[in-house]
Amino acid sequence: MAVQWNTDADAALAEAKATKKPLLVDFSAAPA
Amino acid sequence: MPVEAHIKERPAYFHRFDAVWTPTVLVLDPDGTERLRIEGYLPKDEFRAQLEMGLARVAFMRKRWADAEQRYAAVVERYPDSKVAPEAVYWRGVSRYKATNDHTALGDVPGQLEEKYADSVWALKALPWSH
Repeated sequence: MAVQWNTDADAALAEAKATKKPLLVDFSAAPA
Repeated sequence: MPVEAHIKERPAYFHRFDAVWTPTVLVLDPDGTERLRIEGYLPKDEFRAQLEMGLARVAFMRKRWADAEQRYAAVVERYPDSKVAPEAVYWRGVSRYKATNDHTALGDVPGQLEEKYADSVWALKALPWSH
């Protein structure tokens, strides 16, 4: 199953709070 | 809920979350409080074990003791040879103690750690609970 990555941290934080789900943030410098 | 922050696309996020190296992975609780930080590469199983420790920590800090105990137990069961397994044994015991308020839940922990993880710092931390 492919991961649906979010690139907007504020939107993700708001959704996490609303749904009471934890958040994973991946900081990368890898080439696309 | 996964968020991707690439240095070229979201440099401000690096500053905001104090990410000073890549790869860095954070596990935040639903309120945005950091509960786990992984800096640097890890092999797949070690990475998975650490992520699950992060989720267990989220449950623990939200005082969901039964959920936390179950999550720590799952780390011990699925990743017994991982670097975080002894820490999971320790917190599994603490979670059970928090759930039951029964101090004997801690008494088993030193033996469990001594059996397989005697050289870990968590075995030392559990020593005061020895019978």
